[in-house]
Amino acid sequence: MNNTSPALEAINLGKRYRRGWALQDCSFSLPAGSVAALVGPNGAGKSTLLTLAAGIATATTGSIAVLGDVTGGRGPHSRLAFLSQDQPLYRRFTVEEMLHFGRAMNGRWDESYARRLIQDCAIPFAARIGTLSGGQRTRVALALALGRRPAALLLDEPLASLDPLARLEVMQALLAEVVDTGITLMLSSHVIADVEDSCDHLLLLADGRLQLDGPIDQLLATHQLLTGPAGGQPGWLAGDAVVETRSSTKQMTILTRRTEVSRPSDWLAVEPTLQDLVLGYLRSGGRSQGEMEPAA
Amino acid sequence: MIEYRIDRRSGVAPYMQIVQQTRQALRMGRLGVGDKLPTAREVVAATAINPNTVLKAYRELEHEGLIDSRAGVGAFVRRTLGRLESSLESPLATDLRSWVMQARESELERPDIEALVKAVIDLEFECSTSTEANATEGTPS
Repeated sequence: MNNTSPALEAINLGKRYRRGWALQDCSFSLPAGSVAALVGPNGAGKSTLLTLAAGIATATTGSIAVLGDVTGGRGPHSRLAFLSQDQPLYRRFTVEEMLHFGRAMNGRWDESYARRLIQDCAIPFAARIGTLSGGQRTRVALALALGRRPAALLLDEPLASLDPLARLEVMQALLAEVVDTGITLMLSSHVIADVEDSCDHLLLLADGRLQLDGPIDQLLATHQLLTGPAGGQPGWLAGDAVVETRSSTKQMTILTRRTEVSRPSDWLAVEPTLQDLVLGYLRSGGRSQGEMEPAA
Repeated sequence: MIEYRIDRRSGVAPYMQIVQQTRQALRMGRLGVGDKLPTAREVVAATAINPNTVLKAYRELEHEGLIDSRAGVGAFVRRTLGRLESSLESPLATDLRSWVMQARESELERPDIEALVKAVIDLEFECSTSTEANATEGTPS
């Protein structure tokens, strides 16, 4: 491992289950210190990608390297922590007992750090896990994951079951961790609004394939949302730049990769929002959008 | 110390909201020369926006000469912005009020007036930025 290695690097990563391919031809590189949103409809392959990265599942094709080390069926990487959707907490344990468990299960363990994270959210050590709110349980699970002092933390839908205030508090705690330790985060979500202001990197999955990935600023700057009069696709626009076209009776909206071609004055160009971009790419694949929620 | 509030539905990029709120605080005198801005960690812990967004906003403010960032110490206000022009008693505000009164006499509703003002501002700024862009073209820096 060295500091210049990407936090995660996938090459032609694929996973086939008995029912078919859950993930295919997935290649990307995530720089250390990124806060990455793994976005896509339910069933897009988000959890599959996370379990492959976490070393819990074995890749059918390709590889994924964590901090320069190729995992793949060799078990979890010592510097990587994974928080699954069903947080690994015992409801009848107290917080204190959960910490004891964390200490016993992990070779690398920073007890005072884990305790401080619990104290930061004013959760009593004597409280039983089962009596805590969803937000508090997430904070305990986070403290257990971060007590291992990982260089990267993967979270599968960490905000899905939380109320808006708890969502905000969990994101605040995660991002403070990024500033304090330079940890790399990758969190999956099917709600774009939950993650768009908190993340700086996007991985967009649909139907088991990576549709788009890169720094969010860069992705937005290299696309344009054009609005103009209804009609056929304008001739001045190169067809291969077009991501998605939508028309109503009066108006046409086109998401394109940014081009410097001059456009007629009745066409307006703006930089897309992350939501424009994500929904444009998902719709252009002709996929059902029933489960992708644009807003909270 | 100033606290930033990020409105996710405003349509204004979060980094720009920080820039605007800082400028506003400078104009209103809530921030003075030498005052410290919150650290990236403090903003992140309060708003859950990405740390790079805070740094981007501070770079912009530094570029405008409004703040100084000192590595490991923090960001400090370097100069304030004139208050007079933005106060409600200023000549600009008086002119604007009489214009708004005229608009109301022409039976425009509040949303109409707001939309009109926004459209004119957008038009003005788009014109001026494109002139600036043209002006700087061909002058290597």
